[in-house]
Amino acid sequence: MFPQIYAALESPTVTEKTKEKEALDLPWNVVVHNDPVNLMSYVTMVFQKVFGYPREKAEMHMLEVHHKGRSILWSGVRERAELFVQQLHDYLLLATIERTN
Amino acid sequence: MEVSCKNGALEITEIDPFLAELLRQIPGSAKPDGITAAEERIFSAPAGPNEKEFCAEWKLYVEPGLRKHFQDATELVEADLRQLQPNEKPFANRTLRIPREHSESWLNALNQARLTIAAKYDFTEAELCDHYRSPIGSRRDLGLFQINFYGFVQEFILRDMECAEKPDA
Repeated sequence: MFPQIYAALESPTVTEKTKEKEALDLPWNVVVHNDPVNLMSYVTMVFQKVFGYPREKAEMHMLEVHHKGRSILWSGVRERAELFVQQLHDYLLLATIERTN
Repeated sequence: MEVSCKNGALEITEIDPFLAELLRQIPGSAKPDGITAAEERIFSAPAGPNEKEFCAEWKLYVEPGLRKHFQDATELVEADLRQLQPNEKPFANRTLRIPREHSESWLNALNQARLTIAAKYDFTEAELCDHYRSPIGSRRDLGLFQINFYGFVQEFILRDMECAEKPDA
């Protein structure tokens, strides 16, 4: 029954090559950059509210931003990363998305 | 000036006329109008230069929402600041009550003002960390004082929010 269909399933013809699976899966980083104006306590509060991080983790990231100039707050799918960046901009933090190397 | 938490609000009493005037200037100071550096800081890029398409879409679709969000915050603060309007005793100390549900808007408006002033006068990190600079001899010095004073108010609002979140506080 339906021999043509079985034949097509067994040896499909590639008409168009799409992106490699690894390229699609590459995560995006949400990066927060240092800003001497924003208060440290304010930045900690924002990290807790936006990412739901406990105070200790939020403080650790805040200190990383303060001392190293930047910190990766979250990594994952692009749409979610864009949403996080938008939330951080709502709080006036310097935040960007960038592709993981 | 005295700060206390009363009935779900942050109450700032004994505000002298000079500090009351600085508080009244929050909405005006938060506007980056015409100052390119301030506009660029308040509406900073969401990605690096290699993400041109995303940045263009952001300007088109996200930035108007951010503008509205920032404007709503300053309008609410402006309404609260009507408590500080000069009355029949223009040199009397004043009281300001910030309801707890307005805290986030206050933090936002104060931040807009601090960022705008810092961009306007191009303060260095060293200047921003110098909390003991005095006296105020120029409009620029006053700008730095404003940034520090607004930061001081932010700290109290943050502390009040933190206390409110702790059930046993």
